[in-house]
Amino acid sequence: MVTLMLPRLIASEGPARRSGAVIERNATSLRGAYWIVVASGFLEPLLYLFSIGVGVGALIGDLTLPGGRVVEYAAFVAPAMLASSAMTGALSETTFNFFGKMKYWKLYDGMLATPLRPIEVALGELAWAMIRGNIYGAAFLVVMVAMDLTTPGRAVAAFFATVLIGFTFGSLGMALSTFMRSWQDFDIVVSVQFALFLFSGTFVPAQAYPAVLRWLVEITPLYRAVDLTRALCLGGVGWLQLLDVFYLLVLFAAGMAVASRRMGKLLLK
Amino acid sequence: MALIHARGLVKRFGDFTAVDGIDVDVQRGEAFGFLGPNGAGKSSTMRMIGCVSPPSGGVLRILDLDPLRDGVKIRGRLGVCPQLDNLDPELTVRENLTTYARFFGIPRKVARARAAELLDFVQLTERADSKVEPLSGGMKRRLTIARALVNEPEIVLLDEPTTGLDPQARHLVWERLFRLKQQGVTLVLTTHYMDEAEQLCDRLVVMDGGTIVAEGSPRTLIDRYSTREVVELRFAAESQEPFADKLDGIGERLEILPDRILLYVEQGDDAVAAVTARPLSPANVLVRRSSLEDVFLTLTGRTLVD
Amino acid sequence: MTFYVLEYYLVNYRRVWRSSVLSSFVLPLLTMLGFGVGVGAYVNGGVQGVPYLDWMVPGLIASTAMQVAVGESTWPVLGNFEWQRLYFTQGAAPLRVTDILDGHLLFVVLRTLISSAAFLAIATAFGTMHSWWAWLTLPIAALVGLAVATPTFAYSSTVRGDTYLAILFRLGVLPMSLFSGVFFPVQSLPSALQWVAYGFPLWHAVDLSRAATLGVAPTWPALGHVAYLALWAGAGWWLALRQFRRRLTV
Repeated sequence: MVTLMLPRLIASEGPARRSGAVIERNATSLRGAYWIVVASGFLEPLLYLFSIGVGVGALIGDLTLPGGRVVEYAAFVAPAMLASSAMTGALSETTFNFFGKMKYWKLYDGMLATPLRPIEVALGELAWAMIRGNIYGAAFLVVMVAMDLTTPGRAVAAFFATVLIGFTFGSLGMALSTFMRSWQDFDIVVSVQFALFLFSGTFVPAQAYPAVLRWLVEITPLYRAVDLTRALCLGGVGWLQLLDVFYLLVLFAAGMAVASRRMGKLLLK
Repeated sequence: MALIHARGLVKRFGDFTAVDGIDVDVQRGEAFGFLGPNGAGKSSTMRMIGCVSPPSGGVLRILDLDPLRDGVKIRGRLGVCPQLDNLDPELTVRENLTTYARFFGIPRKVARARAAELLDFVQLTERADSKVEPLSGGMKRRLTIARALVNEPEIVLLDEPTTGLDPQARHLVWERLFRLKQQGVTLVLTTHYMDEAEQLCDRLVVMDGGTIVAEGSPRTLIDRYSTREVVELRFAAESQEPFADKLDGIGERLEILPDRILLYVEQGDDAVAAVTARPLSPANVLVRRSSLEDVFLTLTGRTLVD
Repeated sequence: MTFYVLEYYLVNYRRVWRSSVLSSFVLPLLTMLGFGVGVGAYVNGGVQGVPYLDWMVPGLIASTAMQVAVGESTWPVLGNFEWQRLYFTQGAAPLRVTDILDGHLLFVVLRTLISSAAFLAIATAFGTMHSWWAWLTLPIAALVGLAVATPTFAYSSTVRGDTYLAILFRLGVLPMSLFSGVFFPVQSLPSALQWVAYGFPLWHAVDLSRAATLGVAPTWPALGHVAYLALWAGAGWWLALRQFRRRLTV
C-alpha cells in the first residue's frame, strides 16, 4: 500500500521526485521481521505510559505544577512520552539505520551514482523517518484522548508539535551519524539519549532539579520539546512555547545543513 | 564529438596526487580500458567520470556536459558498476533493479519490464525473488552490471569488473560484456588483468603513478613495446640473477623476475635452441606470445599483479 | 575445557570493558538518580514503609542484571554464529559443544555479577540498604542472569538477523523491565496483568532482592522463587544446547 500511495503524493519532477524514490526504497524493504519492528514501535511509549504514568502515578497521586495547577501524574507524564518517542523514533532511523546504510552497505554510494544528490538522499531518509515516527505519535495521541489525558483539539495541535520534534531530532541524528566512526560510538548516542529521556522534565518538573542541573536541562532540545507538547496537551500555551518552536526550527536547519554538507564530503570526495 | 573528453585532468587528495594530468578521449561505441596496477589512479579517474568526485584541475567533459554543473543530467545517462558491489541487502534481486530504476525517474511499469529483461540478460531470472546475500560472488557481480544498465545508459563505467571472481564466473561476465559491446554500448573499464583488457578493449591506456604511459589498441601496444614472442626460463637455484649474464646476446631484451627470467625474442624456438647450446639447462622452459603484461613490464619495469 | 573458553572471553573483555561501563553501569546509576531520587521526592510517605528510592533500588539491581545478561546473550551470540563465526573456530578445536556453550554462559554470568556488584556498592553508599542480607542480591543477580541468558542464547542461535533481536528487546525485555515490580508494586496491576508479571523471571528476582535489602520476608516463599528461576535457566539451557548442537555439528 505504502509503496503505491506515497510517490503519487509527491511532485513528479526534480528533487522531490528523487527524494521520493529514496522513501520508496525504504517502503519496499519493509517486510518480515523488520516490519514487526517498525509496526510495534508505537508500543514503547504506551508501555512507559502504563508503567510509569499509571503504575508509579498511583504512588504519587496528583502533581502540582509550578503554575499552581494540579494534574493527575499520568497526564503530566504522557506529553513527555509523546515528545521522547518522537525523538527516539527519529533517532533510530537516522542514526543506526542511516549509519549502516552509509558505512556498511554503501547504499548511498550506489544512490549517488544515479541522478540523486546528497541533500535529496538526506531529505528522503528524513521524510521516511518522519512518516514512521508520526504514525507512532498519532497512535499515542489517540490513546491519550481515549484515557482522557488530553482533549481531541489539543491532541491535533500536539500532533503538529511532534512532527516538528521528529524533524529536529531526525536532522540532528543524521548530522551526528556523519561523524561516527564505528558502532561503538553509538553507545554514547544511546547513553546521551537515555540521559535526555530521564532528565528532560520527563518524570518530574524541571524546577525540582538542583539549580545547575536545571539550567542545563532547560537548554536541551528534548526539554524544549517536552515543554511544548506539555503546554499543548495540558493547556497554557504562551510566549515560551513560541520560543520552543523557534529553537527546534533552528536546530533542524542546522542539522540539515551539517548533514548534507558532511555527506557530500564523505561520499563525493 | 568524444563522449568523454579529458585534458590535463588532475585529482588530488591533500598532498597526494592520485591522477596527474591525463588526456583521454572515448568515442561512441568503443570499449575503452584503463590498465594499470592498484594505486595507478584508475578508480579516481572513474569516479571523476562518474561525477561523484570533483576534478582538482584540468578539463573534463562528459556527453559534452560539465560534470560540476550538470552532474545530475550526466549521471542520468551513465551506468556505473563499482569495484565493490553495493547491492541493497534488504531487497530481493528483482527489487534491487526496480528501486534503482526509480532513482532515475523511470516509471514503475517500465522499471518492472526492464528488470525482467535485464535479469534474463544476466541469467538471474531464477533467482529474481531471492535476497542478495545468498548469491555467489559472480551472481552479485552480474546483478550489479544489470543494475548499471537499468537506465539504458549511453556509457557504462565498470571498475574492475571481474576482480575477486573465480575463472568460470569471470568468463561469464566477459561474455555478457562482450554482448553489450556488440549492441553498441560504450564501455569504459578499469582492470589490472591484462587478459581482461585484451578480451574486451578496443583501445586502452596504460596508467602508472597517476599518469598515462602508453595508449593504443592491445595489438598495437604489444607490437610497439614488446617482441613477438617471449621465452620464460626458470632455473633451479636460489636466485635467477647469476644466469642472466650467461644469456647475454640472446633476444632483444631480458627481464629478471624473482622466480624466472623473460627473454624477449622474435622466434621463441630459435632462442630456446640458443640457450641449450650455451649449454644452459633451465628447469622449466615456456615459449609464449607477448601480452599486455609484457608491455607493462617494459614500460614500468614492474609487473601488474604482485 | 569450559574454562579455556571462559578464559578467551575474559581476555577479550579486558580489552573492551570500558565501553561496557556505560551501558551496564552509568545508565542504571542515572536511572537511580533521575528516577529514584527525582520521582521519589513526589512519592509521599514512601512504599511499604520505606522511602521510594530504597524501595526501588533492589529492583533496579535485579533489572540491570537481567538487561546486562540479555544484552550479552544477543548480539555476541548472533555474531559468533553469523559474523565473526567464533563458535565455528572453537568447534574446530578439541572442544565439545557443551564447553563452547557453558564457557560463554559462564562469562555472561560473570559479567552480570561484576556490574551488579558495582551497582550494589554505589547503592549502599547512598544509604539505601536496610539489612546485612543485602549481599544476597549478588547471587540473585547471577541466578536471574542465567535464567534469562539461557533462553536468550537459544533464541539468538536460532534467528538469522539482528532485526529479530530488536523484536526481543521491544516485546520481551522492555515490558519485563517495566512491569516486574521494579518501579511500582505489581499488586496495583489489574489481576490478569499481575499473572503476566508473575510469569516474568525478573519479578521473582525483584521480589527476592527487595526482601534481601529491606530485610523483610519475600511475597512468595524464597525457595519457590529460586525454583522458578532455576526452571527458566534449565529449560533455556536445554534449548540452547539443542540449537548449538544443530548448528555446530554437521
